[in-house]
Amino acid sequence: MQKSEVVVVGAGPAGLTAAHELLKAGAEVTLIDRNASLGGQLIKQTHKFFGSEKQYAAHRGIDILERLTENLIPYERFHLLSETTVVGFYHDKVLTCLKDDRYFKLQADSVIFATGASEHSIPFENNDLPGVYAAGAVQTLMNEYGIKPGQRVLMVGSGNIGLIVSYQLMQAGVDVAAVLEASERIGGYLVHASKLRRLGVEIRTNMSIKSAIGEAHVEAAEAWRLDEDWQGIEGSEERYDVDTICIAVGLSPLTELLEQAGAEVEYISELGGNVPVLKDYETTIEGVYACGDLANIEEASSAMVEGRIAGIRAAQALDYTVENAEMRLKALDDELVDLRSGPPGDNVRRGLKKMEGLT
Amino acid sequence: MIEKTGIPSKAQVKAEFPTPEELSRPKAVIECYKEIPCNPCETSCPFDAITVGEDINARPQIDFDACTGCGICVYSCPGLAIMVARLKNGEAEMKVPYEFTPLPEKGEIVNVVDRRGDVITEGRVLNVSKSAKQDRTALVHFAVDEKYLYDAISIEVSYGS
Repeated sequence: MQKSEVVVVGAGPAGLTAAHELLKAGAEVTLIDRNASLGGQLIKQTHKFFGSEKQYAAHRGIDILERLTENLIPYERFHLLSETTVVGFYHDKVLTCLKDDRYFKLQADSVIFATGASEHSIPFENNDLPGVYAAGAVQTLMNEYGIKPGQRVLMVGSGNIGLIVSYQLMQAGVDVAAVLEASERIGGYLVHASKLRRLGVEIRTNMSIKSAIGEAHVEAAEAWRLDEDWQGIEGSEERYDVDTICIAVGLSPLTELLEQAGAEVEYISELGGNVPVLKDYETTIEGVYACGDLANIEEASSAMVEGRIAGIRAAQALDYTVENAEMRLKALDDELVDLRSGPPGDNVRRGLKKMEGLT
Repeated sequence: MIEKTGIPSKAQVKAEFPTPEELSRPKAVIECYKEIPCNPCETSCPFDAITVGEDINARPQIDFDACTGCGICVYSCPGLAIMVARLKNGEAEMKVPYEFTPLPEKGEIVNVVDRRGDVITEGRVLNVSKSAKQDRTALVHFAVDEKYLYDAISIEVSYGS
């Protein structure tokens, strides 16, 4: 069986920084990602990031990705397995992987999961009609492959993803008919909402999608107003002539691999649903860590910081000396406190309190 | 209401502007109406005119005496929430962030939009800058009649023919 001292699963913002910290400390790291290109969601993030200089604020996600990747290259003990899917994980830290239609096993002393999250869907009539996309899929098509998903889009969801993807659609020359938001307020940052609105895109609160209309492909969408219980109001239907419906209604952490090995998972809605039970980023299986969107749904800025902390913790547990460890961990913790201390961090702060109560 | 529409009220907009006297020189106008964890406006300003402070969620405060209207914060703001405004010869001159192609040409007459995205008037493009340090956020500098000072926010996107 192949061996690697540390395996990092997922090469998004959290996985890349975790791998970097471990390599710096001297560990051998195998970084596995199912995609050909590294960066996870960063590769589609063409907008400038928020946060502070410490998280590369004001730089675009695609450029941050380059920096994070370059960090890893100089290390001899760095191995990359791209286009490789981890399909199984066992409590004795054996991973089963699939690459080029071949299975192989990998034994690790320590494993860091940074698998990220998957997009939610919502039930509505004809939601399986071609032309109904998740927002992340639209971003992949546009920003990674240079393909327009359609000519006119109805966006469902006004969180940061819905607002940013709408803006990027407009940049690509795709018309956005409107953004629907089920709750009474815009979900994402108001600066994103305002820059979209000045392009003439209306954001409609207390509204959701009722149905997709079309035979072989989306030809229109029907939206309707929601009452206080988030139920559609009959008679309030409005038709949008669009060929694409884009769903941006939230993310769920990808906990499956951790669950296979028996790591404890708890439902904490503020963190995004089922999340691994963590203490200092370590799961209930010793030597197995989780960070990034897998741990709690948040911005990439936080994921990068979490990856660093998880990487340092894992390196220490393997008896590597991390220079100025205590100082660095304190500084990284402070970064997270800063990122989460305002209104957008309310949910995560509440969720992490609940998590503390569990461990 | 901005939390529902993304459109700030006129009172909110005016509260962020310096006085017309101060606008005889170019000044940055920051429209960051809600706390978010972000401070590149502060760290990018070479004149220490913008303060977010230790809590990076705080709303930025600007010292109009220190602001020179250089425009560095305009392309550094990830939210595209800053512009530079100036009053000159009966016109409002504005320098706004712009991330669409094609870029307008200097001297071109363009449609100018308000915060709803409605075309409110025509404007004259004074200059377009897109240096490497702006990192693909162009600055479009345009002039409109000064009565549109609190309404004009950007130019209408044209996707070419």
